[in-house]
Amino acid sequence: MSPRQPFFRTFATPAVLCAFGFLAAMAAVLQFSFRAYVPGSLDPGGFTLANFTDLLKPLYARVFLDTVWICFLTAITTLVVGYPLAYALVRAQSAIVKSILLVIVVTPLFLGEVVRTYSWIIVLGNNGFINAVLLNLGIIRQPVQFMFTTFGVVVALVHVTMPVMVIMLAAALSHVDRDYQRAAASLGAGPIRVFLTVTLPLSMPGVVAGVTTAFAWTFSAFATPQLIGGGRVNMISNLVYQLGFASFNFPFAASLCVAGLALTIVVLSALRLASRRLEAIEPH
Amino acid sequence: MPRSTYQRLLGLVGKLVVLLILGFLVLPAAVVTIAAFNDKAILSFPPQAWSMRWFAKAFAYQDFREGFHNGLIVTAWSSTIALVVGAMFAFVLDRYRFRFKRLIEAVLLSPLVIPHFTVGLGFLILAAQIGWSRSYTVVIACHIVLVLPFVLRSVYVSLRNLDQSYERAAASLGASPLRVMVTITLPLLLPGLVSGWLFAAMLSFNEFTASLFVTAQRTQTLPVAMYNYVREFADPSMAALSVIYIVGTAALIVFANAYLGLSKVLNIEHGR
Repeated sequence: MSPRQPFFRTFATPAVLCAFGFLAAMAAVLQFSFRAYVPGSLDPGGFTLANFTDLLKPLYARVFLDTVWICFLTAITTLVVGYPLAYALVRAQSAIVKSILLVIVVTPLFLGEVVRTYSWIIVLGNNGFINAVLLNLGIIRQPVQFMFTTFGVVVALVHVTMPVMVIMLAAALSHVDRDYQRAAASLGAGPIRVFLTVTLPLSMPGVVAGVTTAFAWTFSAFATPQLIGGGRVNMISNLVYQLGFASFNFPFAASLCVAGLALTIVVLSALRLASRRLEAIEPH
Repeated sequence: MPRSTYQRLLGLVGKLVVLLILGFLVLPAAVVTIAAFNDKAILSFPPQAWSMRWFAKAFAYQDFREGFHNGLIVTAWSSTIALVVGAMFAFVLDRYRFRFKRLIEAVLLSPLVIPHFTVGLGFLILAAQIGWSRSYTVVIACHIVLVLPFVLRSVYVSLRNLDQSYERAAASLGASPLRVMVTITLPLLLPGLVSGWLFAAMLSFNEFTASLFVTAQRTQTLPVAMYNYVREFADPSMAALSVIYIVGTAALIVFANAYLGLSKVLNIEHGR
């Protein structure tokens, strides 16, 4: 331990051990993805590429496409719905209003996927809240099918990703210097023009961070597509669980994880790249 | 001026939109609360009679009790270990330059974007290979890795905002590094440490997907027990438990906001 860096070894070692533990777990997934499945046995067979060639089968390719589509829909919807809320949160004048907004926004973040998904089942189900209201008002005669549809899954997922989106947008918006907006307004720009030409472009880092995180979180979601999708809307997470715990085909489940991770990295890097282009075009 | 009427109208529309969005956020919690106090076993709106019996049933259900107990064990260990490990590493990150600094940081933050089912599967396979299968150890290890990024960030932000001149003053007056750490740095960091630990504990207690992979019947945490219940039964006991969850979580958030300043922790304090 050098005298100029007191505690260095003591403080760094545990974290390095954690990093190695995590890397070991990820290496285990990677290793299993190249192993053969031995039916009836939990131990994998020899090394093979068969798991990855199997991924190209239409059945699995379809789930990949569906997953990306659901992630994309969820991220964009969350952005559009979350933006006004983030704006209100940053601009709220009274401390009480701000606190209330903050508590409403942040609480769902810590509720966990199961409680939130269950709540949405009660809202969206055929005997659920929305259908009961619509039936009682005489707007519909038959319950509308929300459960087991992509629409239902996306609505619940938007609710899941909303807190983190709002927090990230609010962080970016709070760092936008208001003098720019005042300057634009004083030069005669209307509120909508100020928003579109000044506020929105300056909050782009938050938009990119929010969309990226929402995409990754949706990709990670399991309980929501499992319970609300009910087997009719399948995401990669559901397939991984099914393969692991229904057929004990851990090698194939691992290859799905690896492919899923590769896909997320590709999509997110593309998003980053596109946003950088966007920022490069911006100042004109 | 026509201008100001237009602006007022725009402001009104904006407020209405925000209220609608807030309604969307609160709707599931409100509906689940109504369902929890509904006397009927089958969901029906509006409820004909009210009762507390689903709360009694939720409290009496063995899997919920054990899940709560197991969850407390896992959460206590994982959030505390993550706090110690994360706080120490945040200190090192803030103060020192060393080899592989960015790499280690990136590895420790990566569970934020790696799907939890992948992390869970990884720990499950790893545990099977080293013979820890289905023990508390693997559940706790998995949770530590998952909550560590949040602790790391929370403590790191506090360290950035900490005025190091106090430490230098103490050191120049002859205090040993250990004494400076215990009497100056740690007390100044306390709010960051408390909020980091609180967030870690809440996230660990609610962690579901990875837990589903690494827990067994004996070690299953409350969210896993709830998931299994939702799959098997349809009565509102789960709604009752959800209400307790929502109230408890909201109370903790209100507490965190009052004593730790949530907007500061989340970095959304606005400049001017």
